[in-house]
Amino acid sequence: MNEQKLNIPMAESSCCGPRATTENPSCCPSTGQVYEVGTGRPADPKAEVCCGGPPPPPSDPFERPGYSLSPSVRAFKQTGSDFVPLVKTALSLGDHWGTLRVRLGLNREGYRLAPGLYGVGNPDSESPVIVTANYKLTFDAVRKELRDCEVWLLVLDTCGINVWCAAGKKTFSTREIVNRLRVTGLAEKISHRRLILPQLAAAGVSAHEVKRQTGFSVIYGPIRAKDLPRFLQQGNAADEAMRQVSFTLRERMVLIPVELVQFIKKIWWALPVLMLISGLKPGLFSLSQAVERGGLALAAFAAGTLAGAVLAPIFLPWLPGRAFALKGSAAGLGMGFLLLLATRGTGSIPDKICMLVLTIALGSYLAMNFTGSTPFTSPSGVEREMKWAIPLQAVSLAGALAFWIASPFI
Amino acid sequence: MKDIRYIDGVSSITLNEETCIGCGMCLQVCPHAVFILVAKKARIDDRDGCMECGACAMNCPVDAVRVNPGVGCASLIIKRWLKGKNMPADSCCC
Repeated sequence: MNEQKLNIPMAESSCCGPRATTENPSCCPSTGQVYEVGTGRPADPKAEVCCGGPPPPPSDPFERPGYSLSPSVRAFKQTGSDFVPLVKTALSLGDHWGTLRVRLGLNREGYRLAPGLYGVGNPDSESPVIVTANYKLTFDAVRKELRDCEVWLLVLDTCGINVWCAAGKKTFSTREIVNRLRVTGLAEKISHRRLILPQLAAAGVSAHEVKRQTGFSVIYGPIRAKDLPRFLQQGNAADEAMRQVSFTLRERMVLIPVELVQFIKKIWWALPVLMLISGLKPGLFSLSQAVERGGLALAAFAAGTLAGAVLAPIFLPWLPGRAFALKGSAAGLGMGFLLLLATRGTGSIPDKICMLVLTIALGSYLAMNFTGSTPFTSPSGVEREMKWAIPLQAVSLAGALAFWIASPFI
Repeated sequence: MKDIRYIDGVSSITLNEETCIGCGMCLQVCPHAVFILVAKKARIDDRDGCMECGACAMNCPVDAVRVNPGVGCASLIIKRWLKGKNMPADSCCC
């Protein structure tokens, strides 16, 4: 049975010399055996060949038609009748490239891996089970911290979403844990009944419900993957620092590119419109005016975007007020004055006022939208600030645009 | 997280100390150390630190913690305002 599952390629001849064979690794199939991938023997270099050099190594015995072998997998471990993939704990260049892309807001939806059971090191039936999400960024963050550990990784289908957002959307849920335990047959592969979950999954999972439905005890582990080894060493005990979220400068800064890219994707069409309306004047339109005033309008737009999506996140703890809309206005005010300094000598006084108002309103709006990326804003609080901020932002923006169009006519 | 704080006096969290059995699950799951345990009962110690993620309510075995859970995300709330109540409650912007 196991030989069939492994589908070991048989020795055969081809035009390119004798085909290399992989040694049959399971003449006496036994549970617990580990099979490295990518260790296929290349063909005998001395063999007579008809075309080119000797052939490269043959396909891996674990390859299947229609599937591709994940580059994160280093071996397969036979566990009962299944082969559980064992993952690498060192990230490759490709992994870093993927991280860079999603941090820039590209391919965030498609950055996922197949849910199911994986292993790290060479885990056995006593090894702890760590549950995580199938967002590849999350998976990479977890596996790279586990280099010296022997654990099972139960990857849930969170629709490729990170742990906390998935818990909020209820894709990291009691239901998915129950389902994934059933699909993977984990209970037959291990002797204990404990699951270690990331603490931030608790917004989507009910520990007592998991226990009631599956018999598995849920242990909430640390928030950050980097604390996992220490948590395991301490006998599944978290200290206070592991249990509290942080929002350090570094953590805020990695979010900036996504904020910027998402906003620009949404708003790019407004830039040529801004140029166009800047050129309107009595007698229809002036190209030179469109270039000159349009340039100023775009500069104000850029200043507001910088204030709300870059400066506000960076200076978040030090900007005045609690409401993000207020913090963004303050950043916008600062950027607005810098803009006026940089453009002194051009434009009329009403134009300058419009530019300042546009910068402040945009900064306020974008900073307010940053609430969704933080780990500490409550929905009640966000709604409270939006009730006064949105009307103010809308009136300022509409007013500034109206005056901008009208001023050449006055 | 005591260094960056959000708007005070808005959280919808409530704790029924009579129902509470003092198991400490809320202390474990809360990412902002809102609860403390006093004389084998949980107590809300930092209400304004609460971000209403709902982890405590989900994991309270006796339903003693209640909160109107959600995601503190302006663009999601805007979407809800625009599309009305037809949007599923658990959708998210992140």
